[in-house]
Amino acid sequence: MKYYLGIDLGSTTSKAVIIDENEKLCGRGITNTRANYEVAAEIAKQQAIYNTRFTLLKEKFLKNLLHSSEFQKFFNDLENTFQYIQFKDRWDKLKIEMMKQVSTLFFTEKEKLKNILQNILNELDGELKHKYFNENLGAKNQFFRDIVSEVYNQKLETTDKQYFEPLMNCFDKSINFVENEYVDYNFEDVLLQSIDILQDHYEYLLSKDLDEINTDFRTELEILSGNYKEWKEDVLSHIKNISNQNIVIANMVGTGYGRALLPFPQDCIRSEILCHAFGAHFIFPNTRTVLDIGGQDTKAIQVDKYGMVTSFHMNDRCAAGCGRYLGYIANEFGFSLNELGPMTLQANRETNICSTCTVFAGAEVRELLNMGEKKEDILAGLHKAIVSRAMSLIARSGGVFNEFTFTGGVARNQAIVKYVSEFVRKNYGEDIKINIHTDSIFMGSLGGALFAKRNLNVSLNSKPEKIKN
Amino acid sequence: MEKLNQIIQTCAAIAYDINYTYSKNWKSKSKDRVLVGHFPIYFPREIVWACNGLAIGILGGNDYKEVVKGDAYYQSYICHIPRSIIDLALDGHFNGIDGFVFSSICDVMRNLSGVFQIHNIGKFSKYLDYPQNFKKEIGGEFLKRELEDIIQKITAINGIRPDIKSLNNAIKLYNYNRSLLFEIYDIRQKYPWRLEAHELYTIIRAGLYMPVDEHNKILENVIEEIQKDRNQPVDKVRVIVWGAFCEQLPINLIKSIELAGCFVVDDDFLLGSRWILGKIEDNTDDPLGAIVEAYLQKSIFSTSVYDVNNPKEKRLVELAKKRNADGVIFVAPSFCDPALLDIPLCQKECEKNNIRFVFFQYSENTGQFKPIKEQIGAFADSIKLWEGVS
Amino acid sequence: MNKPEVKKDKSMILQKEMIAKQFQDLATAKEKGKKIVYTFVPGNLSELIHAFDMIPVYPEINALQSGMRKKSGSFIKDAEKIGYSEDICTYVKCDIGMMLNGNIGPYGEKIPPPDLLLLSYTGCFTFMKWFENLERLYPGVPVVMIHTPYQEAGKITPEMVEYMVKQLRDDVIPAMEKVSGVKYNEDKLKQILSYARETQELIHQIFETPKNIPSPIDAYFAGVYYIGPINTGFRGTPEAVEYYKLLLEEINERIKLGLGPVTPEGEMSEEKFRLVVEGPPNWTSFREFWKLFYDMGAVIVASSYTKVGGLYDLGFRHNPEKPLESLAEYCMNCYTNFNLPQRIEILKKYITDFKADGFLIHSIKSCNSFSAGQLGMMRKIEHDLGIPVGFIESDLVDPRYFSYSNIKNRLESFFQMLSQRKMLVNQ
Repeated sequence: MKYYLGIDLGSTTSKAVIIDENEKLCGRGITNTRANYEVAAEIAKQQAIYNTRFTLLKEKFLKNLLHSSEFQKFFNDLENTFQYIQFKDRWDKLKIEMMKQVSTLFFTEKEKLKNILQNILNELDGELKHKYFNENLGAKNQFFRDIVSEVYNQKLETTDKQYFEPLMNCFDKSINFVENEYVDYNFEDVLLQSIDILQDHYEYLLSKDLDEINTDFRTELEILSGNYKEWKEDVLSHIKNISNQNIVIANMVGTGYGRALLPFPQDCIRSEILCHAFGAHFIFPNTRTVLDIGGQDTKAIQVDKYGMVTSFHMNDRCAAGCGRYLGYIANEFGFSLNELGPMTLQANRETNICSTCTVFAGAEVRELLNMGEKKEDILAGLHKAIVSRAMSLIARSGGVFNEFTFTGGVARNQAIVKYVSEFVRKNYGEDIKINIHTDSIFMGSLGGALFAKRNLNVSLNSKPEKIKN
Repeated sequence: MEKLNQIIQTCAAIAYDINYTYSKNWKSKSKDRVLVGHFPIYFPREIVWACNGLAIGILGGNDYKEVVKGDAYYQSYICHIPRSIIDLALDGHFNGIDGFVFSSICDVMRNLSGVFQIHNIGKFSKYLDYPQNFKKEIGGEFLKRELEDIIQKITAINGIRPDIKSLNNAIKLYNYNRSLLFEIYDIRQKYPWRLEAHELYTIIRAGLYMPVDEHNKILENVIEEIQKDRNQPVDKVRVIVWGAFCEQLPINLIKSIELAGCFVVDDDFLLGSRWILGKIEDNTDDPLGAIVEAYLQKSIFSTSVYDVNNPKEKRLVELAKKRNADGVIFVAPSFCDPALLDIPLCQKECEKNNIRFVFFQYSENTGQFKPIKEQIGAFADSIKLWEGVS
Repeated sequence: MNKPEVKKDKSMILQKEMIAKQFQDLATAKEKGKKIVYTFVPGNLSELIHAFDMIPVYPEINALQSGMRKKSGSFIKDAEKIGYSEDICTYVKCDIGMMLNGNIGPYGEKIPPPDLLLLSYTGCFTFMKWFENLERLYPGVPVVMIHTPYQEAGKITPEMVEYMVKQLRDDVIPAMEKVSGVKYNEDKLKQILSYARETQELIHQIFETPKNIPSPIDAYFAGVYYIGPINTGFRGTPEAVEYYKLLLEEINERIKLGLGPVTPEGEMSEEKFRLVVEGPPNWTSFREFWKLFYDMGAVIVASSYTKVGGLYDLGFRHNPEKPLESLAEYCMNCYTNFNLPQRIEILKKYITDFKADGFLIHSIKSCNSFSAGQLGMMRKIEHDLGIPVGFIESDLVDPRYFSYSNIKNRLESFFQMLSQRKMLVNQ
């Protein structure tokens, strides 16, 4: 079997998708885009390959997966644990790095500071593990930096104020280094470790009384008492085979904001406009209009019945109305990006926001808060403002005539989705079909993988380009 | 309720209605009535009235029209008013308006006339290229032909060809309208608190959507009311607000200026209604010629008129002196080349004449007034303080 | 990479010499007693200025030259410091900034002050405001203005011509007589106009050559060099006739040999895309901007910007038999003096006649005359012809508004869209 890889190096996140020669989606990987684009691309690709192996593994248990929700749960736990091991590895490195950094800081009570940090890190060890398993973080595409900084910040808030600055500093100095390190794991080793850890975890749960633990685990416990050992043996019997299987990437295509920085030959690079459209059209073949809101760009794209782009429009030079803007807004309110959507959906009305300029919006938000406007109403106004900018691009590109597909990272924000749907229906008709896929953020990389598979060469440059390997 | 308050409320309902219901109702009363939309800033409405038509002001959507389609037509570095106008047009707000006249005030308005032509909005879209040559036999001849062209376009719709009498009559009515407006400005010169600037703005704006004789009655009533005391003469500085030109200030922005401690004793809001300083001859055999002559000789100063022999900054300083103003507040719409290019010239002249000034940019949908209020407040305070010292 | 040696064509060398001489004339004008006239490019009255033996200076050419020599950024900031808004036309600010810095021109020489300010503004309202500002900067210098009516109804009427001729006769010519001390000599003007007519015929033929496949020239990036002499002071001179004859010969030779356009990095090897472009170029990053196109094998076969000094393809030529009338008609025949429906028709004709694969708008922050309404034009053209369209934005001479990666990103997508389209058509 041959595989095809698409990598979408966005300004905020880097995504990778692997499809097989039947154009079946086999694996996906995502990471945050860091200072070092190459590492981000590598990590996304690595994650996609691991994910592909899991897919292959799943295929061996197709019957079980279809008929037993408990088995599915087991499998998900396994994948989550697999992620956790990599997470834990990074976390351990971060701890070491932070302890190193704290020694270099200029601070009068350095020893005390070190002790405080050590204590915080020790406490976090357990908390992170608990969080990872309880919240199933591995499946949520959350990034190392976000998970760690959230819990670390919470800790700092309860620490004496005078230590806040140096401890924050210490984190900032360490995180980039750790984040930008690429580690090649052996799939088999990590999977075996996962099985062990999972076994420990289950046995720990089994040792507890039912009322001591969350009732959510009831089903889990029921599985454990019955089939767990047997499944484990089954999985082990396939592990070698799957781990040693060579995933041959026959062709690959890179796209996204940082595509020029990808170590790909020139003719393996496609514009994200083409890729997003192609990916979206592949999933929803009746799509004629694609709206993609990413971190840096908003794009309105019209495609034909083949998924080929017939026209497109991008936002002008300012980033207002893109994902970045949501980032600023989240900052302004002190929320995380994930909290924005749910918070906004609680609004009763939309405050009228005039400035979608990132520079002015902050001031306007503060003024509105002073005037007693509710947070969620202001947020609703801001979300609506972003969507109305995007709708202008849609209008520029010719409007919506048929199925409409919304892609990109921002499509994960439910409030944005709500306003996009409202606008589209209001302006282009109630019966317009609107598609939003849970994997919207992967559409660009999927399009890239499809280009790689179909070898639709869009040759751009006849000059020989250096090929880096 | 106080009579003046009632008048203002009635005017507000007409002035800010982006469906132009009042004007459309007027039109519906008779088959041969027409509506001609005209864009800022000046248009001799007399000629439409003489054709049994009503010239109505198209002033944009301010902050009460949500703009979606307009942004599809205009880049971020173009002023706001054409986008709300396009939105209004494409959303059908202009249905029932027969034709449109665009004044030659800038390239954006000029090209907007083209966008109207492309979309076939209205029965005609005319870009009225005001001459920048002010000789009667050159620029005057040219303008006269432009006005005749508009009359022909209206006649083509309702078959009414105005005669000398009807034109002279229209001129009389608008002369009276202008003289009432100037009278109000003069009363406000003495008693600015009796009628606030935003109230006056609303009253004048309503006049752009109703027959002129109706508006004249309203103005007569207003004058009667402001002969009496109204509101308290609080301690505020007297300012001239200048530069607004074409894109309308949000009404709350005018209010903010007043709340920040200013009496607006003169301004260039809706300048078209007061464009001709003085009377147009209303008893000639050539009424069109009289309108043209007044344009060439009696126009107020504005950024859209070439001013080499009568520099606008000098005229602004004169106005400030005439109105006994303490300072000038320059306002200009963002991305407005004509207005913004005048500002440095006028500021320089104010400096020379020791007239204090402050400047800010806005757009028709500006929503945050706090920074502006603070700026104006500081400006007003500094004037009061300075006067206390000297 | 081995850079191929770029050989300069004779015409390029000749043009350089002409410009050098022009600046020399300017530098020695005062001592030779020649009078200087400041005026604008679109719809300029160069022939008339020459008829009075005066020398024209074009502020927007100074601005664009300052842009190409990376001087405009600081000029603009200087103008902003004295109250000119960030929002307004950067040509104006660049010019005012240059004046604040001693009026040292793009080549390092001081530009002599004007003896006459001739405001002939065509197709751009901001010119008038620019001039009002210039007048204040040169107090006491005589001023004369000629108002060019816009082709609002899509045509030039006899009344419009009459209005302009009257202005020429009553205002412009007397002012020029007074300043130059020379009596108006219609025969001399007729002679100049007949040279102008010849150059117009030649440049028209030059801009027709991209109809060949491959196109022998780039009608935008190289085109702006070609229009230099005819737009700025040389129209109506025998030198210009000479130059354009030579240029046309060279281009015809390229056609014979089947060669593509010359770029700053040598000959373009393969013509992949043929484009029609609307809007002025960016001057501050002109070379990088051009490179984005020729690296992708894109040739601009026709552009509206090269018609800001006259649309000769629509048939206009100066007519020595009707000198003043034809000066008037010339002024009204510049691209930005055409209304939007006309502009759409012109662009559609270019797209069809020059067999373009795509239509691109380079929208300029500074230039409302070009930019306001462009998006609507684009939609209409896309709708009527089904041609792929692209839209990019920057500025004339404000380097802050040229975002290389932004433009590159959009252009790449545009070109990839075009090649996909081509592929599908070929299948």
